[in-house]
Amino acid sequence: MASNIKIRAKVSDGVTTVKSLMSHVMETGLRKDKETGDPIPAHFIQEVTCKWKDQVVMTALWSGGVSKNPYLSFKFEGGEPGDLIEITWVDNKGESDSGSAEIS
Amino acid sequence: MIDTKRRILLKGSLGAGAIGVAVGAGLLTPRAVLADWPAAAFKAEDQASALKDLLGSDAVEASDKVKIKAPDIAENGAVVPVTVEADVEGAKSISIIASGNNTPLIASFDLGENAIPFVSTRIKMAKTADVVAVVQTPDGLLSASKPVKVTIGGCGG
Repeated sequence: MASNIKIRAKVSDGVTTVKSLMSHVMETGLRKDKETGDPIPAHFIQEVTCKWKDQVVMTALWSGGVSKNPYLSFKFEGGEPGDLIEITWVDNKGESDSGSAEIS
Repeated sequence: MIDTKRRILLKGSLGAGAIGVAVGAGLLTPRAVLADWPAAAFKAEDQASALKDLLGSDAVEASDKVKIKAPDIAENGAVVPVTVEADVEGAKSISIIASGNNTPLIASFDLGENAIPFVSTRIKMAKTADVVAVVQTPDGLLSASKPVKVTIGGCGG
Protein backbone atom coordinates (compact mmCIF):
# COMPACT_ATOMS: atom_id res chain seq x y z
CA MET A 1 0.00 0.00 0.00
CA ALA A 2 1.25 3.41 -0.88
CA SER A 3 2.03 5.58 2.08
CA ASN A 4 -0.79 7.67 3.42
CA ILE A 5 1.38 10.11 5.28
CA LYS A 6 1.78 13.56 3.82
CA ILE A 7 4.86 15.41 4.93
CA ARG A 8 6.08 18.94 4.30
CA ALA A 9 9.37 20.06 5.74
CA LYS A 10 10.93 23.47 5.38
CA VAL A 11 14.11 24.92 6.79
CA SER A 12 14.52 28.59 7.62
CA ASP A 13 17.20 30.20 9.81
CA GLY A 14 18.52 26.81 10.85
CA VAL A 15 15.17 25.62 12.14
CA THR A 16 13.29 22.94 10.26
CA THR A 17 9.52 22.91 10.56
CA VAL A 18 7.80 19.65 9.69
CA LYS A 19 4.07 19.37 9.10
CA SER A 20 2.44 16.03 8.52
CA LEU A 21 -0.97 14.56 7.97
CA MET A 22 -1.69 10.90 8.56
CA SER A 23 -4.67 8.91 7.50
CA HIS A 24 -6.24 6.96 10.36
CA VAL A 25 -9.70 6.40 11.91
CA MET A 26 -8.47 7.07 15.49
CA GLU A 27 -11.34 5.21 17.20
CA THR A 28 -11.33 5.65 20.97
CA GLY A 29 -13.30 2.47 21.63
CA LEU A 30 -15.97 4.53 23.40
CA ARG A 31 -18.21 5.14 20.39
CA LYS A 32 -21.12 2.90 19.54
CA ASP A 33 -22.32 1.86 16.13
CA LYS A 34 -25.43 3.97 15.48
CA GLU A 35 -27.38 1.13 13.87
CA THR A 36 -26.50 -1.91 15.96
CA GLY A 37 -25.49 -0.25 19.21
CA ASP A 38 -22.34 -2.35 19.31
CA PRO A 39 -19.29 -0.56 20.62
CA ILE A 40 -16.79 0.29 17.89
CA PRO A 41 -13.48 -1.25 18.94
CA ALA A 42 -10.58 1.02 19.74
CA HIS A 43 -8.26 1.55 16.81
CA PHE A 44 -5.80 4.37 17.13
CA ILE A 45 -2.17 5.28 16.52
CA GLN A 46 -0.07 4.67 19.62
CA GLU A 47 3.37 5.74 18.57
CA VAL A 48 4.74 8.05 15.91
CA THR A 49 8.47 8.18 15.30
CA CYS A 50 9.92 11.14 13.46
CA LYS A 51 13.39 10.81 12.07
CA TRP A 52 15.80 13.19 10.42
CA LYS A 53 18.62 11.41 8.60
CA ASP A 54 18.06 8.24 10.71
CA GLN A 55 18.23 10.22 13.94
CA VAL A 56 15.06 10.25 16.06
CA VAL A 57 13.97 13.85 16.53
CA MET A 58 10.69 13.15 18.25
CA THR A 59 8.57 10.24 19.40
CA ALA A 60 4.89 10.91 19.91
CA LEU A 61 2.86 8.66 22.18
CA TRP A 62 -0.84 8.97 21.50
CA SER A 63 -4.17 7.88 22.88
CA GLY A 64 -7.48 7.75 21.03
CA GLY A 65 -7.89 11.38 22.09
CA VAL A 66 -6.01 12.60 19.05
CA SER A 67 -8.37 13.57 16.24
CA LYS A 68 -9.16 11.38 13.26
CA ASN A 69 -6.67 11.71 10.41
CA PRO A 70 -4.10 13.21 12.76
CA TYR A 71 -2.15 16.35 12.07
CA LEU A 72 1.26 16.71 13.63
CA SER A 73 3.74 19.52 13.40
CA PHE A 74 7.11 19.84 15.10
CA LYS A 75 10.37 21.73 14.79
CA PHE A 76 14.01 20.90 15.19
CA GLU A 77 17.39 22.55 14.89
CA GLY A 78 19.59 21.72 11.96
CA GLY A 79 18.46 20.22 8.71
CA GLU A 80 19.50 21.16 5.22
CA PRO A 81 17.46 21.25 2.05
CA GLY A 82 17.45 17.73 0.62
CA ASP A 83 17.76 15.93 3.97
CA LEU A 84 15.34 13.09 4.44
CA ILE A 85 12.54 13.26 7.01
CA GLU A 86 10.88 9.97 7.83
CA ILE A 87 7.71 9.47 9.84
CA THR A 88 6.45 6.06 10.97
CA TRP A 89 3.37 5.21 13.03
CA VAL A 90 2.23 2.04 14.75
CA ASP A 91 -1.34 1.57 15.98
CA ASN A 92 -2.90 -0.57 18.70
CA LYS A 93 -3.62 -3.35 16.23
CA GLY A 94 0.02 -3.52 15.21
CA GLU A 95 -0.59 -1.95 11.81
CA SER A 96 1.92 0.59 10.67
CA ASP A 97 2.73 3.02 7.91
CA SER A 98 5.62 5.23 7.10
CA GLY A 99 6.35 8.08 4.78
CA SER A 100 9.24 10.29 3.92
CA ALA A 101 9.97 13.63 2.34
CA GLU A 102 12.95 15.83 1.65
CA ILE A 103 13.42 19.14 3.39
CA SER A 104 12.82 22.03 1.01
CA MET B 1 -11.66 10.70 -5.62
CA ILE B 2 -11.89 11.65 -1.96
CA ASP B 3 -15.55 10.90 -2.03
CA THR B 4 -15.05 7.32 -3.21
CA LYS B 5 -12.58 6.84 -0.39
CA ARG B 6 -15.20 8.01 2.04
CA ARG B 7 -17.62 5.44 0.70
CA ILE B 8 -15.06 2.69 1.13
CA LEU B 9 -14.35 3.89 4.64
CA LEU B 10 -18.04 3.79 5.52
CA LYS B 11 -18.38 0.28 4.16
CA GLY B 12 -15.28 -0.68 6.06
CA SER B 13 -16.63 0.63 9.32
CA LEU B 14 -19.86 -1.35 8.90
CA GLY B 15 -17.79 -4.45 8.35
CA ALA B 16 -15.85 -3.65 11.49
CA GLY B 17 -18.96 -4.52 13.50
CA ALA B 18 -18.17 -8.20 12.96
CA ILE B 19 -14.66 -7.71 14.26
CA GLY B 20 -16.13 -5.95 17.28
CA VAL B 21 -18.15 -9.06 18.06
CA ALA B 22 -15.02 -11.16 17.74
CA VAL B 23 -13.16 -8.91 20.17
CA GLY B 24 -16.10 -9.01 22.56
CA ALA B 25 -16.07 -12.79 22.49
CA GLY B 26 -12.42 -12.78 23.40
CA LEU B 27 -11.31 -14.23 20.10
CA LEU B 28 -9.07 -11.29 19.45
CA THR B 29 -7.37 -9.88 22.47
CA PRO B 30 -6.04 -6.35 22.19
CA ARG B 31 -2.36 -6.70 22.71
CA ALA B 32 0.26 -4.26 23.80
CA VAL B 33 2.48 -4.15 20.77
CA LEU B 34 4.71 -1.40 22.03
CA ALA B 35 6.66 -1.99 25.18
CA ASP B 36 7.14 1.67 25.99
CA TRP B 37 3.62 2.87 25.32
CA PRO B 38 2.48 4.01 28.79
CA ALA B 39 -0.86 2.20 28.93
CA ALA B 40 -1.52 3.00 32.59
CA ALA B 41 -1.01 6.72 32.08
CA PHE B 42 -3.34 6.79 29.09
CA LYS B 43 -6.00 4.84 31.00
CA ALA B 44 -5.78 7.02 34.12
CA GLU B 45 -9.01 8.84 34.81
CA ASP B 46 -7.58 11.93 36.43
CA GLN B 47 -4.78 14.26 35.56
CA ALA B 48 -2.68 13.66 38.67
CA SER B 49 -2.43 9.91 38.31
CA ALA B 50 -1.85 10.18 34.56
CA LEU B 51 1.11 12.47 35.19
CA LYS B 52 2.44 10.26 37.97
CA ASP B 53 2.31 7.23 35.72
CA LEU B 54 3.82 9.04 32.78
CA LEU B 55 6.42 11.34 34.31
CA GLY B 56 6.80 10.00 37.82
CA SER B 57 5.41 13.12 39.47
CA ASP B 58 2.31 15.29 39.44
CA ALA B 59 4.03 18.33 40.91
CA VAL B 60 3.38 20.82 38.13
CA GLU B 61 4.20 24.47 38.32
CA ALA B 62 2.34 26.99 36.21
CA SER B 63 4.82 28.89 34.10
CA ASP B 64 4.61 31.65 31.53
CA LYS B 65 7.48 30.02 29.69
CA VAL B 66 4.99 27.47 28.41
CA LYS B 67 2.63 28.79 25.79
CA ILE B 68 -0.47 26.93 24.74
CA LYS B 69 -2.59 27.95 21.80
CA ALA B 70 -6.11 26.63 21.40
CA PRO B 71 -9.41 28.18 20.31
CA ASP B 72 -11.63 29.94 22.88
CA ILE B 73 -14.63 28.16 21.48
CA ALA B 74 -14.44 24.84 19.63
CA GLU B 75 -17.53 24.25 17.55
CA ASN B 76 -16.55 20.65 17.02
CA GLY B 77 -14.98 18.86 19.97
CA ALA B 78 -13.68 16.14 17.67
CA VAL B 79 -11.15 18.48 16.14
CA VAL B 80 -9.56 21.02 18.46
CA PRO B 81 -6.26 22.42 17.21
CA VAL B 82 -3.70 22.75 19.99
CA THR B 83 -0.18 24.17 19.76
CA VAL B 84 2.28 24.05 22.62
CA GLU B 85 5.55 25.94 22.73
CA ALA B 86 8.04 26.25 25.55
CA ASP B 87 10.86 28.70 26.03
CA VAL B 88 13.09 26.45 28.12
CA GLU B 89 16.42 24.71 27.75
CA GLY B 90 16.61 20.95 27.79
CA ALA B 91 12.90 20.17 27.62
CA LYS B 92 12.48 16.40 27.52
CA SER B 93 8.84 15.99 26.71
CA ILE B 94 5.56 17.77 26.12
CA SER B 95 2.27 16.27 27.26
CA ILE B 96 -1.19 17.43 26.28
CA ILE B 97 -4.13 16.88 28.63
CA ALA B 98 -7.83 17.58 28.09
CA SER B 99 -8.97 17.77 31.71
CA GLY B 100 -12.64 17.13 30.94
CA ASN B 101 -12.13 13.85 29.09
CA ASN B 102 -12.72 10.44 30.67
CA THR B 103 -9.05 9.67 30.16
CA PRO B 104 -7.47 13.12 30.24
CA LEU B 105 -4.03 12.31 28.86
CA ILE B 106 -4.22 12.81 25.10
CA ALA B 107 -0.67 12.64 23.93
CA SER B 108 2.91 12.86 25.03
CA PHE B 109 5.78 13.91 22.80
CA ASP B 110 9.31 12.82 23.66
CA LEU B 111 11.76 15.34 22.32
CA GLY B 112 15.04 14.21 20.82
CA GLU B 113 18.35 16.04 21.02
CA ASN B 114 17.72 18.46 18.21
CA ALA B 115 14.03 18.97 18.80
CA ILE B 116 12.71 22.40 19.66
CA PRO B 117 9.98 22.33 22.34
CA PHE B 118 7.16 22.96 19.91
CA VAL B 119 4.34 20.70 18.89
CA SER B 120 1.07 21.22 17.12
CA THR B 121 -1.73 18.72 16.67
CA ARG B 122 -5.50 18.31 16.82
CA ILE B 123 -7.29 16.65 19.72
CA LYS B 124 -10.75 15.45 20.76
CA MET B 125 -12.54 17.04 23.69
CA ALA B 126 -15.62 15.57 25.35
CA LYS B 127 -16.78 18.82 26.91
CA THR B 128 -15.85 22.35 27.89
CA ALA B 129 -12.67 22.12 29.92
CA ASP B 130 -9.11 23.28 30.30
CA VAL B 131 -6.48 22.02 27.91
CA VAL B 132 -3.28 21.59 29.89
CA ALA B 133 0.23 21.42 28.51
CA VAL B 134 2.92 19.94 30.73
CA VAL B 135 6.55 20.35 29.75
CA GLN B 136 9.14 18.15 31.42
CA THR B 137 12.31 20.15 32.05
CA PRO B 138 15.44 19.56 34.13
CA ASP B 139 13.89 21.92 36.71
CA GLY B 140 10.64 20.00 37.04
CA LEU B 141 7.29 20.05 35.32
CA LEU B 142 6.10 23.36 33.93
CA SER B 143 2.56 23.80 32.76
CA ALA B 144 0.11 26.14 31.13
CA SER B 145 -3.59 25.77 30.58
CA LYS B 146 -6.23 27.25 28.37
CA PRO B 147 -9.99 26.95 28.79
CA VAL B 148 -11.77 25.78 25.66
CA LYS B 149 -15.53 25.94 25.32
CA VAL B 150 -16.85 22.94 23.43
CA THR B 151 -20.28 23.10 21.85
CA ILE B 152 -20.40 19.54 20.45
CA GLY B 153 -18.43 16.83 22.24
CA GLY B 154 -15.95 14.72 20.33
CA CYS B 155 -15.80 11.53 22.36
CA GLY B 156 -18.50 8.89 22.39
CA GLY B 157 -21.95 10.06 21.36
